Amino acid sequence: MIKKWFTPNKEIPKKIYNSVGFITFLVVLGIWSLLSYSGFVNALFLPTPTTVLATAVKLFVSGDILFDIGISFSRVFTGFLVAALIGIPLGILMGSLRIMEGAFEPIIGFIRYMPASAFIPLLILWIGLGEAEKMSVIFLGTFFQLTLMVMDVTKNVQNDLIDVSYTLGAKNAQIFTKVILPASLPGIVDTLRITFGWAWTYLVVAEIVGASSGLGHMIMQASRFLQPDKIIVGILIIGLLGLITDIMFKSIYRASFSWMRKDGY
Amino acid sequence: MVSQKLDILTESSDLKKQGNAIPKITTPKLEIKDVGKIFKTKSGETVALEKTSFTVEDGEFVTILGPSGCGKSTILRIVAGLEESTSGQVLLDGQEINGPGPDRGMVFQSYTLFPWLNVKDNITFGLKLKGVPQKERDDLARYYLQLIGLTGFEKHYPIQLSGGMKQRVAIARALANDPKILIMDEPFGALDAQTRTIMQEVLLKAWEESKKTILFITHDVDESIFLADSVYVMTARPGRLKKKIPITLERPREYSMKSTVEFGNYKEELLSLIREESLKSIH
Ligand SMILES: Nc1ncnc2c1ncn2[C@@H]1O[C@H](COP(=O)(O)OP(=O)(O)O)[C@@H](O)[C@H]1O
Ligand SMILES: [Mg+2]
Repeated sequence: MIKKWFTPNKEIPKKIYNSVGFITFLVVLGIWSLLSYSGFVNALFLPTPTTVLATAVKLFVSGDILFDIGISFSRVFTGFLVAALIGIPLGILMGSLRIMEGAFEPIIGFIRYMPASAFIPLLILWIGLGEAEKMSVIFLGTFFQLTLMVMDVTKNVQNDLIDVSYTLGAKNAQIFTKVILPASLPGIVDTLRITFGWAWTYLVVAEIVGASSGLGHMIMQASRFLQPDKIIVGILIIGLLGLITDIMFKSIYRASFSWMRKDGY
Repeated sequence: MVSQKLDILTESSDLKKQGNAIPKITTPKLEIKDVGKIFKTKSGETVALEKTSFTVEDGEFVTILGPSGCGKSTILRIVAGLEESTSGQVLLDGQEINGPGPDRGMVFQSYTLFPWLNVKDNITFGLKLKGVPQKERDDLARYYLQLIGLTGFEKHYPIQLSGGMKQRVAIARALANDPKILIMDEPFGALDAQTRTIMQEVLLKAWEESKKTILFITHDVDESIFLADSVYVMTARPGRLKKKIPITLERPREYSMKSTVEFGNYKEELLSLIREESLKSIH
């Protein structure tokens, strides 16, 4: 029985699969508890789980944090939306028209290695400290990668599928709308899910400099006033928000692409 | 259009296939004139096809038999307009072809159904592009589903179908578009032997009912004889037409014909032709 669970590539019962994931969480929580409750690590650096929970409740009850969550979410969402609105069509064109790939792949491939955070001083010079600057950081952090990933997805559309469409009477424009787009849609949705996750990680970077609101700002303030419990609450919330959006994308994927599954559900 | 097809369907199996019986004086359906193809690659030039000429008559079922790599796919892709020839021209009904179009339906060896469309929407894909009204599309879909023996599968998605079923739908999709010629590039090449023979019968039935002109590529000798009015044998690369062999087995063809002496004679002749070529390509 046990031996089966350690055979490469072998399926295991779903119950076991879920349980071990839960156990890992408990182990992390256990180590944290051990280090904090025992006083082994100073509470100034690592607060106890109960303190963090109490702080979280307090922050939610007072409502302050809801405002920060709202503003952070709108920054992430808007920056990402603009990146997706430009990146998806551009990526599709780059993946299907060699001339577009030739024109944009080199420059995008170059810029994507420049850290988005390093653009912050420049962005502040150009557009100041407002919302546009925060969203621009998110945009810069996701746009280039997203575009290249969509390009790859589009390139992987089977050539024969496109050829057969021509023999069925499709014109170039219809090849895009009726073949390349639906064929790459699952890959695009998956790309959005992954890059939206990255967008959250750029949030703190965007809000560390010159922000007066948002989760990143809250975390920076907490650091200044030595409130590690607040920092941890902030981090956990960002993680949870990322997880929720990830689950949302996954359910959109499941609901939209039932044709990819044999059982059709 | 539909009613006409449905009439044919109910007309009984008395199918008066003319093919090789009556000599044609009109222009051929398809005329390949001195078509050659050279691929330019990093390592130099590959002559995939030497200047090749042949014709396919209206309603004829022509198979092209040749060793692998001899340029069979290349010639089909040129006819389909998916590849440009380096020399020569392709005439369809006397008109030079220029790029791909719905007048030349194609079935590939790889599975090319649109995975996001169900069987019915796959079959009517080309009709929708043409702007055929819904009602007529539905009727045609029903007719072709019946023709390929997949009635009841219209709502299935390609992932739920076996390889043979997928190719049946691909045939139906190409036929539903009512092309002037159906070109098929080893469509049963990926199927197991049992499914393959069943598919050959399905295809013959569809051909007899639709009276389409078919240009069919294969490297399977039995298949090339069983299906064809004429078999064209190609030489090893650089490909060229080696010989045309008319097949006068009676129609409709039955599976049992594969074990007749007549069939065996064709097979022997073709095998020796192919063997010469395969040996050449090794040396
Ligand atoms: N796009 C291409 N670029 C370069 N060489 C090619 C290309 N397509 C086919 N060839 C070459 O042309 C020859 C004929 O290929 P093909 O028509 O696919 O043969 P077959 O279908 O008879 O197996 C082969 O040697 C193949 O390598
Ligand atoms: Mg081939």
